[in-house]
Parts: sequence; C-alpha cells; structure tokens
Amino acid sequence: MWQWLKQLYHRMGSPKWFYEITERWIPWLAIVAGVTAVVGLVLGLLYAPADYQQGDSFRIIYIHVPAAILAQSAYMMMAVAGAVYLIWRMKMAAWVAKVIAPIGASFCLIALLTGAIWGKPTWGTWWVWDARLTSMLMLLFLYFGVMAIQQAMESEDGSYKAAAILALVGVVNIPIIKYSVEWWNTLHQPATLTLTEKPSMHPDMLWPLLIMLVSTYVLFALLVILRTRNEILWHERKRSWVKKMMES
Amino acid sequence: MEFNSLAEFIAMGRHGLYVWLSYGLTALIVTYNVMQPALHRRRLLKEQAQRLRREKRNAPSA
Repeated sequence: MWQWLKQLYHRMGSPKWFYEITERWIPWLAIVAGVTAVVGLVLGLLYAPADYQQGDSFRIIYIHVPAAILAQSAYMMMAVAGAVYLIWRMKMAAWVAKVIAPIGASFCLIALLTGAIWGKPTWGTWWVWDARLTSMLMLLFLYFGVMAIQQAMESEDGSYKAAAILALVGVVNIPIIKYSVEWWNTLHQPATLTLTEKPSMHPDMLWPLLIMLVSTYVLFALLVILRTRNEILWHERKRSWVKKMMES
Repeated sequence: MEFNSLAEFIAMGRHGLYVWLSYGLTALIVTYNVMQPALHRRRLLKEQAQRLRREKRNAPSA
C-alpha cells in the first residue's frame, strides 16, 4: 500500500504522465458528470415531492447544497496542494492549487447566489449577516485572495508560496462554516446531510441530492484536470515531449 | 411526477422566479467553467504552433 502510494505520488508529480493518463479519463468523467446531472435534476425537479413548509422553492437545494459542500472540499484540496508545494516543491501541486482557486470560487459563488435567492421566499430577505452566510462570504474572499496572490509577484515560485500560505491560514474558516449553524443558532437551517446521522429527508427527496452531489464532484474533477492540462501545456511548452506531440 | 402540466412545472407553486433564477445563474457559471479551459487550450495550441514554425524558420538550414 505504502509503496503504491509513493509510486502514485511520483507519477502525479510528472506533468507528462498526468497529461497522458488524463487524456483517457476526460470522456468518461464528462459522461458520468452529464448523466448524473440529468438524472439528478429530473428526479429533483420533477419527481421529488414538494416540501411541506417551503413548497417548490426547496428544489433549489439540489444545486445549493452540492455547490456549498464542494466549495469547502475544493478549498481543503487547494490548501493541501499548496502544502505539498511548500514542503516537497512539487510543481504539479502548485499548478493544481492554482487551477482549483477559480473553480472553487465559482462553486462558492453558486452557493451564495442560490442561497440568497432561496432566502427571499423562505426568510423574506435576500441576505442577513447570519454566521453561515458570513463565513461562506469569507470563503469566497479567501478564494479571491488566493487568486490575486497567485499572480501578484514577479517570480512564479514566490507567488505560489505566498498563495499556499494564505490558503493554509484560511483553513480555519472551514470548521467555522461547518459549525456556524450550531454555535450561532440563527436563520440558516442545520446541515441537511451528515456522515454520522441517518438522514431526516424523505428518500425521494434525498436520492436526487446524493446524485447531484456525485455529479458535482465529478464535474469538479473534470474541470481541475482540464485546467491543469492547460497549465502543463504552457509551462512545459519548451520541453521536447510537448513539441513532439504538437508536430505529430 | 409532481406536476400535471408544463405551466404548473414552470410556475413551481408560485416560486418559479426563485427556482429558475437559481438554476439559470448556476447554468451560466457552470457553462463558463466548462468553456474556459477549452478556449484556453485552443489559444495555447495556436501559440505553440506559431512558436514551432518560427523556430523552424530561424533554425540554420542543414
């Protein structure tokens, strides 16, 4: 197991290996993301029963919750990639951290926008300075900060290091988001999905949500791979393997 | 199915505006995220092809 992990790590560190192996993954990831999105949305929009309190506005959950969960996982992955770059100086890790930032920010923005729109009919307001909402807004600003620093310095290495440090410091915000609905009991409802408890949702409502969650993660993997491949093409443009690939 | 007609589906029990606005904005952001790498890739490949051609031209002929 350890040997295998070590081998995988070294391979992942090779831009050429990553570029070639992901070539074969892209169509499959696209198919899985697309099919699960269609199934999840059809089930969620057409077949899930309306919520007894919120009516049909609750259907926003099928994009809001997966986007919010992903925005937080993506942030963690970006911080881990940044740490790998700081400790082992792996270029690939820096590029992965760099490409995650705008994607994570996009999902964070989706969560905030759909949350605001959902809030209007449910709470009667687009925005309140509720702890959950505020900490999610902080997450968006952290993403923006990381993105700004990644391009701020003359040396690429310095920018990546500084961005990695900000990403790591910002990790403190993640547990704040998670527990905000428990520590400060304000407007936002508690977690819909937890790993430890049996879901309280009706299965017809729950399944589409789980399918959309899978779809969102697969889409994220696809987007990270596509953008990382572009980083590789650019950074390795003077290497012989890229040139050879271009000529054939 | 929860809805008896297309009109009912679009109305979303008087919450249509909120539901479709949410889904519309999400579709926009996701579409941008899917298009961006494809367009960027096309630009990179074009630049790279130009660079290779230039290098060939400038290389001393054997």
